Amino acid sequence: MIANVGLLALALALPIALLQSGASMWGAWRHHNTLMQVGRNAALMQVALLSLAFVCLVIAFLRSDFSLALVVAHSHSAKPFLYKLAASWGNHEGSLTLWVLVLALAGGALAILGESLTPRLQAHTLGIQGLLGVLFIGFLLFASNPFERITPPALDGFGLNPVLQDPALAIHPPFLYFGYVGLSLPFSLAVAALLGGGISSAWARWLRIATLASWSALTIGIALGSWWAYRELGWGGFWFWDPVENASLMPWLIAIALLHCAIIVEKRGAFRQWSIFLAILAFSLAMLGTFLVRSGVLVSVHSFATDPTRGIFILAILVCVSGGALLLFSARAGCLRDDSLFAPVSREGAVLVNNLLLCCGCASVLVGTLYPLALETLNGAKVSVGAPFFNLTFAPLMLPLFFLLPLGPVLAWKQGSLLGALQRIQFAALIGLAAIIGTLAYKGATPLWASLAFGLGVWILVGVCCEIFERLRASGSRPSASFWGMSLAHAGMGVLLLGVVAHSAWSIERIESLRPGDSLDIAGFNITFENTAFARGDNFFAEQALLRVRADNGDVFDLTAERRVYPIRATSTSESAINYSLAGDLYVVLGENWIADAEARVFRFYWNPLVSLIWLGAALMAIGGGCCLADRRYRASRPEAKRGWETRQETLPVEEIR
Amino acid sequence: MKLLLILFAVTVFAFADTSVALQPDERLDDPALEARARALAAEMRCLVCQNQSIDDSSAPFARDVRLLLRSRLEAGDTDEEVRAFLVARFGEFILLKPTTKGVNLVLWLSPLLTLAFASIVAWWYYRRWRAQG
Repeated sequence: MIANVGLLALALALPIALLQSGASMWGAWRHHNTLMQVGRNAALMQVALLSLAFVCLVIAFLRSDFSLALVVAHSHSAKPFLYKLAASWGNHEGSLTLWVLVLALAGGALAILGESLTPRLQAHTLGIQGLLGVLFIGFLLFASNPFERITPPALDGFGLNPVLQDPALAIHPPFLYFGYVGLSLPFSLAVAALLGGGISSAWARWLRIATLASWSALTIGIALGSWWAYRELGWGGFWFWDPVENASLMPWLIAIALLHCAIIVEKRGAFRQWSIFLAILAFSLAMLGTFLVRSGVLVSVHSFATDPTRGIFILAILVCVSGGALLLFSARAGCLRDDSLFAPVSREGAVLVNNLLLCCGCASVLVGTLYPLALETLNGAKVSVGAPFFNLTFAPLMLPLFFLLPLGPVLAWKQGSLLGALQRIQFAALIGLAAIIGTLAYKGATPLWASLAFGLGVWILVGVCCEIFERLRASGSRPSASFWGMSLAHAGMGVLLLGVVAHSAWSIERIESLRPGDSLDIAGFNITFENTAFARGDNFFAEQALLRVRADNGDVFDLTAERRVYPIRATSTSESAINYSLAGDLYVVLGENWIADAEARVFRFYWNPLVSLIWLGAALMAIGGGCCLADRRYRASRPEAKRGWETRQETLPVEEIR
Repeated sequence: MKLLLILFAVTVFAFADTSVALQPDERLDDPALEARARALAAEMRCLVCQNQSIDDSSAPFARDVRLLLRSRLEAGDTDEEVRAFLVARFGEFILLKPTTKGVNLVLWLSPLLTLAFASIVAWWYYRRWRAQG
């Protein structure tokens, strides 16, 4: 019953999306207000219908409705509540339902809050958003229907993969999809501007709001995934340069470029063509990511062949949408002129270099990810491109970016002085240099690149503090929410960098086979293997190894490392025991017993210094993004600006682009 | 992310267990040789897993290659000889760090080329735009 309602809602959403697209476009073309109103209402109806469909899917999962093929394949009656819930979006069909829901939400938000845009620009944007909806709802209905029945209904399901049964992972896909699909809004705004809606300061504000919100969500999503991988995959790493990770990193990088660029469009009226291009690129990469993940083309050519429809369908959407947008861009972008000039050394110039480096970093990730595929298609050779390649190419491109990061905000608009900027944060330069020398001397075996990168992290952090201090001292008025957001996000980047460097350069690892009563020392901890015990959970059995840890500072605590066996999926996982602290994580993995001695267990011990800074940094970045969104100039009720280029733009005829 | 890969693969692939990869009994006595072995193992792909190095993987295949790699090192091979040996046996697919020979040069030079190209284009546009302005 519930499933029927869901399917009906989904099926109705398709014509409504068509209506949204058609009415908006036609209305905008004909300057027909009623039609544009119909488009807006259709966008809201779309939200209602897709929310209903999604809620029905979730209810089907929560009630373990085993007459649905999807529930049978991905759920099990013995699963805890949270994972029944998470299973509803933890699979192809369910996640695409969430995908179209977010697409509709983005359109709905624009329909309600987009009053500051000219009606035609809003209508064009809603039209494009509706078109995307048509394509993806069509894909969902015809190639991956989540409400497909099986007869007769199954008695029970196959369960969710045990490795994925983790709270961080349960909420990771929604954030990731909000990020991915949120980028559809900048895309639609860009295409709408090209179609002839014209560019206004309100348009630039919307571009920035949409990019900021999506980027913040994407940051949280990626960080959650990375945190899960760190705890669950059991080898202490946080980023594996996996194709699927790369697929999420690329839109993230371009979104950073775009959200910086959008400030220049908003405040200075420059970089208009470029920001439109970036907006198209960002969503194209998000769709490419979906294609790579969903088609399975990177995992194995074999799985692509087993269900080619899905891959080809998404590829066709990608080619049409991105190709069409880029064609439109090449035809119409020339009409968009930039207002203000700037010298190479200026805040605009800094954003330009930021964009250049981010795009090149993204390009190196893209090339590395697609190269094996391209080569195999061209001459059949099978090669791998793994972590060593990305570490050698991506990281060097980011170092100059980190160097420039604290300098950008202290450069003046239009014409700045590098020397002047350096002087303003010379304290940070000093501390950064001290950090480089300090790490080289103190840790002894620290590689040069690590010292350099660590020094850059310190330089960013202290630089941001200097800027805040100077800002508070200089102006009597309180800094805006945007300023705080920027500072938080920039500091977050520095914190993240410190964590990454410390983890990569100073982690200690020991692999030992221990018998109960044995102990060993690692990084100032004495660890004793006490005993093993058996335990059982809702849907698993576990062997637990109890370890007593005595720290050099006198603390004594217990750690329990676990190996779980999930009978339903016939798989086992290891639950790492982690003692978190800001200074570093003590991380213990219990291994299989491969040795003849029945009492002995193999353990892998890690000391990961400062590793929590990675996720702390990501959290700061996301909070920073949120702070920027809270800025007064983004409030919906805000009356139109009265000064500067904004007024001029607002009063220009909307046909400016012709 | 990793999870999405796994989500997708879940019904298709059997899973490599996530647990301790390298076993204590595999290690070489000579610390210098062992350090070389670890570094080399991190560059080799586990052919039966998804994007894991043999150093990270707990699959039996990875263990076999780790032992093989160490036996070559003990026999006195240089790093380069070990790589060549493994490539001859398993193909270039095993190298997580592609060679810098032949077509692969395109791959390795692509970041530099992109940066150079993008900088030139940006500079050219900037000049033209200033001239117009």
